[in-house]
Amino acid sequence: MRLRALIAAAFVALAPAAPAAPAAAQDLMIARSAQPFPEAMTALQAAIAARGYTISRVQRVDVGLENRGYKTDKYRVVFYGKPEEVARLAAAYPDLIPFLPLSVAIFAEEDETILVTTNPALYAGMFPQPELKPVFARWEQDLVAIMEGVRKAGHAWLGPEP
Amino acid sequence: MHRILIFLLGLAAAPWAFGADGAALYSRHCAACHGDTGNGGIGVPLALPSFQASIDDDYLRRTIRHGRPGRVMPAFLALPTEDVEAIVARVRSWSKAPRMRYPDIPVTGDAKRGRKLYDAHCAGCHGAKGEGGHGTGITLSRPRALPVMAPALNNEGFLVSATDTLIKEILMRGRAGTPMESFLKQGLAERDIDDIVSYLRGLQKGTALPASTEAPVLVVESPYDLKTTVENVKRAVSSNNFLLIREQGLDFGLVPEGREDRSRHIVYFCNFQFLNEALGVDPRVGMFLPFRITVVEERGKVRLMAYNPRRLLPMFNNQELKDLADELTRRTLAILEESTL
Repeated sequence: MRLRALIAAAFVALAPAAPAAPAAAQDLMIARSAQPFPEAMTALQAAIAARGYTISRVQRVDVGLENRGYKTDKYRVVFYGKPEEVARLAAAYPDLIPFLPLSVAIFAEEDETILVTTNPALYAGMFPQPELKPVFARWEQDLVAIMEGVRKAGHAWLGPEP
Repeated sequence: MHRILIFLLGLAAAPWAFGADGAALYSRHCAACHGDTGNGGIGVPLALPSFQASIDDDYLRRTIRHGRPGRVMPAFLALPTEDVEAIVARVRSWSKAPRMRYPDIPVTGDAKRGRKLYDAHCAGCHGAKGEGGHGTGITLSRPRALPVMAPALNNEGFLVSATDTLIKEILMRGRAGTPMESFLKQGLAERDIDDIVSYLRGLQKGTALPASTEAPVLVVESPYDLKTTVENVKRAVSSNNFLLIREQGLDFGLVPEGREDRSRHIVYFCNFQFLNEALGVDPRVGMFLPFRITVVEERGKVRLMAYNPRRLLPMFNNQELKDLADELTRRTLAILEESTL
């Protein structure tokens, strides 16, 4: 088990930017990890940190729902950003503020885990300032690497296909 | 010359001969929703033997290309043909049954009579207008009413993908492992089934979600200072049946505690019944949770800002979210207005 976790972590750390995002043609980026929720959450946070971002907090959506009697599997939202970048963008482009910091939803589907986030390329259509274009492009590239890293970590967890 | 021709033909066939990696392509484009082994999730279970037995390769090809407008499944228009073929081969590899082929010839029947039969036998799961069941796929993350979402039969993507003969086959045989039972076993005759197929073919198409031209952000100016405005937002959240979740600076958790910028303040709030309903309709909406309003002070002016749910709606390709997005927009505007009265 520990060896698998190490291999999975190595995949996350070493994952290069993939040529195409999972479901890259769409406004949403979705990825499935073969890992159970706790391990996938660890992999996600490691992948976010590996791209130079800080996790600001994790919203425990499932806990709130269960406390009020609703049934749900694990469901969290991970917020992250780069402190200087968030401050700079919020000052220069206040309309971006409702979308900051960035976030990824992560939830369990039985023994596997799903990650969902907005493809930052979508923001380019909402905020057409040319200076923002490279910012969104970099976010997209980072998210591709993050999602792909978590997905590959899940495959490494499973071991090679028979 | 012959050698050159053979060489060129060989080049043309190369992608097929060497084969795009179907498993990798499926894993990248499909597995997130349909599961690594086709067991389903947000998407329907493609490996289900009765599903595999009742479709043909063309149905899969067209489904990949056209998707299901307004029903979550995206259209993969830009995928190269060899990639589509590789994905089809991957999906079909889960079935050992002989592959069927359903010719694209019309099934003729009495659509008027078919409508009555549809209302009696199909509408309960597929909706009065063929708009389909609620939720997504088999939704493993939370309780659901049916083991699998009933497809939208009025969906343009479905009607383009499924031939009359394929639909007829499903009605005749049913799909084991789903609530879809054989209509022959339910006592209907082949003529009745032809009538239903004829009615389905003429269904008014469901509409896809058009791209929104609304502003991405809802903004209102406040006549009050930042502190008073934040207190007003908290009161308005409560009077609009939301629960205050937390308040924090925009840069909370990003900068050391005590050094947050106090001019940008987020108020998070939630209505758990609304949230539960939204996640039941589509579990992918989470990255916009919890709902929030940000109060910003700039050069002596205080503004309230929130993302516009109606602008974000098209990204989910889920018509079922429309009413919820409208309702959330309405309530957000009410909170913004009440906070700045």
